Amino acid sequence: MAYLEGKNLVASYGVVPILHECSVEVEKGELAVIVGPNGAGKSTVMRVLLGMLNATSGSVTLDGKDISMLSTQDRISHGLAFVPQTKNVFPSMTVEENLQMGGFIRQDDINQTIEEVYALFPILYDKRKQLAEQLSGGQRQQVAFGRAMMTKPSIMLLDEPTAGVSPIVMDEIFSNILDVRNAGMAVLMVEQNAQQALNIADKGYVLVSGRNEHTGTGKELINNSEVRKKFLGG
Amino acid sequence: MTSDSVDIINAFALLTNFVLLPALSYGSQLALGALAVTLVYSVLRFSNFAQGDSMAFGTMIVILLTSFMISRGWTISGIPTALLVIPIAIVFTSMYLLTMDRLIYRHYRKIKAKSITIVMSSIGVMFVTGGIVRFVLGATAQKFEDGERFIFSVREFKAYTGLEQGIAFKTSQFLTITIAFLLVAFVFYFLQKTKTGKAMRAYSDNKELALLSGIDPDKMVQITWLLVAALTTIAGALYGLDKGFAPQQYHLLLLPIFASVIVGGIGSPIGAIAGAFLVAFSEILLTYAYKKFLIYLLPLSMHPSSLVQLIGTEYKYAISFVILVIVLLIKPTGLFKGKVIVDE
Repeated sequence: MAYLEGKNLVASYGVVPILHECSVEVEKGELAVIVGPNGAGKSTVMRVLLGMLNATSGSVTLDGKDISMLSTQDRISHGLAFVPQTKNVFPSMTVEENLQMGGFIRQDDINQTIEEVYALFPILYDKRKQLAEQLSGGQRQQVAFGRAMMTKPSIMLLDEPTAGVSPIVMDEIFSNILDVRNAGMAVLMVEQNAQQALNIADKGYVLVSGRNEHTGTGKELINNSEVRKKFLGG
Repeated sequence: MTSDSVDIINAFALLTNFVLLPALSYGSQLALGALAVTLVYSVLRFSNFAQGDSMAFGTMIVILLTSFMISRGWTISGIPTALLVIPIAIVFTSMYLLTMDRLIYRHYRKIKAKSITIVMSSIGVMFVTGGIVRFVLGATAQKFEDGERFIFSVREFKAYTGLEQGIAFKTSQFLTITIAFLLVAFVFYFLQKTKTGKAMRAYSDNKELALLSGIDPDKMVQITWLLVAALTTIAGALYGLDKGFAPQQYHLLLLPIFASVIVGGIGSPIGAIAGAFLVAFSEILLTYAYKKFLIYLLPLSMHPSSLVQLIGTEYKYAISFVILVIVLLIKPTGLFKGKVIVDE
């Protein structure tokens, strides 16, 4: 059984069905990527895994434990962390306050973790007294990562971390993600930039209309002619 | 002293007595009310039209408790009894506001109603609250100030300084300015430095991310109402000690309070306070009759024969209105850049 597993998830917004028996899983130290066309339900998978949307059927297990019934907050304290695509920082708070809020649920000393985040993203240390809204897109993304890492999560969910950033920043963000994975965390991300994402992924899921269309390692999917033709532009 | 000489000291003593001290205390009272409106706006995402009447409610509790204490003889000489009962009144007001939240606002939060819908429901709360106050205390004005009325009176001031123009420093003014200063300092310390205060700002900044960080929304809402109850009760009690209590007067306070919030930049706590003093000083400076002031300053030949009053006091609420309109036309974000709710 994989570390985080979403099994046969069925979900809908109101009466509009989004997910049909969709399954994803990710191991510790592994980077899994969900790609697929717009409206395929990629972000919905994340929301269900996080408990921000209740699945009508299916289960979510973390380390073998069923967490389907837990609230978002409880899942966070069980080791899940999420970086939303947009609005992923507290804009009118300083970088340091953003990190402090990330560690809100922790009862122990969080300063050690803040230092670790600064070590990973040195620019944040220089900007620690600045408001998050004054940072560049790439820096803001680092604040968002840093905030999510404050709970010392075992698994990180990322919703389109490279949406709307320049190619240079995209490379930077992907290398940040690999650092996070190499630190032993499980990383599951939804990506629009399918080609680049699958290149660095250990495992990939191609989602179409809420169903698993293709599953395999990143390399397998890139080399799969059908996936290439339909989703990677040839 | 001849009336022919230019007398700057007396002129400023006059202004201190009739403009500076009243405006400082009125501004402090507005600031507390405006801070309460700002907190509700930032955290609960609506403009609370019930603020003025909630202040009347808090003051009503203060009045009831004060007369109870006096009837039992539980007073401390020299200190207004109202001051002693404020903490208990805050508890009652908190309970009332939390009940209103539970009965009304929570429902609209749950169904993610648009901000304007919640504003409309707050107008309902305003009428209900105003009704309760009138039902319990009646609509007539009353005073509930006891204890020492002056820190120093006009006579004492004159005797001490030998000036022709006296300055009276009322106990209520002294209390207003001191308590407002301390309370505002506390609120800012709370929001900037404490974990809970920061969580409140985080929740106000980005609700979903706050949830993802494990911040409990219900707790944030409750803490907000507790702070609002404290600000509201204290603002109402201080205003009542200073000017007497009348339900209608409190209801109308909504206008200068909203003007303060918008002038300062809606959603900005520091802006709300700056806005409150701006509104208070404008109201008093524009309605003050400058005749005597000019007589002190000008030679006899130039003494004014009229009152030299720019606007009659009966129009003082119009000043808030005009300030509102000017700000909305010229700088809608206010002095300190505020943020406006966008329904998601």
